[in-house]
Amino acid sequence: MTAPADFDQGAFVRALLDPELPPPNGLETPRGFSPEKRFAVYRNNVCVGLVDALSERFPVCWQLVGEEFFRAMAHCYMREFLPCAPMLFEYGGGFATFVSQFEPARELSYLSDVARLEYAVGQAYHAEDAAPLTIGSVRALPPDRLENATATLHPSTQVIASTYPIVSIWRQHMSGEEMTPLDLNRGEEALVVRPELEIRVSTLPAGGAVFVDALQDRQTFGEAVNAATAVATDFDLTACLRELILAEAFVAIRVAH
Amino acid sequence: MHFADIEASAPDVGFFEIHAENYMGAGGAPHAQLTRLRRDFPLSIHGVGLSIGGAEPLDREHLARVKTLVDRYKPAAFSEHLAWSTQGGRFLNDLLALPYNASTLTHVVAHVNEIQEALARPILIENPAAYLRFQSSDYSEIEFLREVVRRTDCRLLLDVTNAYISATNLGFSAEDYIDAFPMSFVEEIHLAGYAEDADEVGDPLLIDAHCAPVQEGVWRLYVHALSRCRPVATLIEWDNDVPPWKVLFAQAMRAESFLARRRSAVEDNSISAAIQ
Repeated sequence: MTAPADFDQGAFVRALLDPELPPPNGLETPRGFSPEKRFAVYRNNVCVGLVDALSERFPVCWQLVGEEFFRAMAHCYMREFLPCAPMLFEYGGGFATFVSQFEPARELSYLSDVARLEYAVGQAYHAEDAAPLTIGSVRALPPDRLENATATLHPSTQVIASTYPIVSIWRQHMSGEEMTPLDLNRGEEALVVRPELEIRVSTLPAGGAVFVDALQDRQTFGEAVNAATAVATDFDLTACLRELILAEAFVAIRVAH
Repeated sequence: MHFADIEASAPDVGFFEIHAENYMGAGGAPHAQLTRLRRDFPLSIHGVGLSIGGAEPLDREHLARVKTLVDRYKPAAFSEHLAWSTQGGRFLNDLLALPYNASTLTHVVAHVNEIQEALARPILIENPAAYLRFQSSDYSEIEFLREVVRRTDCRLLLDVTNAYISATNLGFSAEDYIDAFPMSFVEEIHLAGYAEDADEVGDPLLIDAHCAPVQEGVWRLYVHALSRCRPVATLIEWDNDVPPWKVLFAQAMRAESFLARRRSAVEDNSISAAIQ
């Protein structure tokens, strides 16, 4: 007796992902009939499972385009990009980019940025824990020493700058409140932080995202202000710090001596 | 999702089981809740991502994540599936079937050994739900599982619903399957509700959907299985269209009532053995 050849999992997966292909060779059913519908159980499990995972991760995008459109779009994404690890909460990292190039969604130009915000919210949920500085201790810092200080932000901190009002869109859909018309030409810079267990999404003033990026890069507050001012000449440092403090985004601030 | 209900009612259940992969983030609510759950209840960790049945080497990074989780929460058991879910670095999010032959046996045995070595404990392997068979299978599922147990000293998780589904779909007797199952190695039982369909010639096609109450036929098979084994920890799996906590809890209580009967039967037996 010869050893059986290795089971061709690659062929199995190709047939799973392409409903145009017949089931792989070598399958049997009890009465010898076609394995098509039985194999379709696996096809369905894979497709529905991953599309459901994307529906849960991007609930506002789902609302914005409706169930049918969302599932069709998610299905296209899934066929091109399968998860590369078994943690489904990481799945969809490339979804926003995919959406931005998805021709049928072209008219909804803000959809991709809303997807980026939703993915950031999901990542914040699972991010590393760290104790935030209390609002009082941040306020107690000497303002004149801040220029050369550096900060450690909470590991969950993420910013998304958009030319669309993504925070307002996200909040209206998440709250289930009555929609009010939004000025789609007014951009928003989203701040996502999860200081304890609750996720906070707020809006930073123009330039705020660049400011936070610079702080996360270990630049000083002074350098971060310069970077922010370079993209937004009217960068409002006080308003930006207020939002960061209220969101409890600071874990440590090191004042230079 | 029922964490608040569980905290509020402190239910009298034997244990909770979690999906390993949902707790592989660095922090946040999942770990905060699991830490509190682990403080009050025994825990079983159930993996879906190690792809034990695949021909490819195990994903070492994923095994390291499993080890971190198991080391942190020290569960009563860690279980995985006789199935594969990863191919070419792509995770398919389903428990896919494999043929049972000498070649696949070699891979499964090597994978189980590697996991048990990494975790420094025996793991439980679960029987899958089958929808079709492979021409290249030379072993029955039971023969295959027995060989895996013999060569790795792993333990088994008997999914009674999967046995019922496979028997119906492939046209064999579920009772015969249970009678042949190596019960002395079973350390946990799963029960779940299946979904019903039919194939293109009208033969029944049951699907392991975890979306409904446990059906009566499965309860009967469970009682049959219990008559052949110790009263082992039994879990109700219901993770799609999850009902309110009280509905899930009622299912767990029904399993508990069968377990209690089995426990007293075992005690009666040991008493009569002592008298003899």
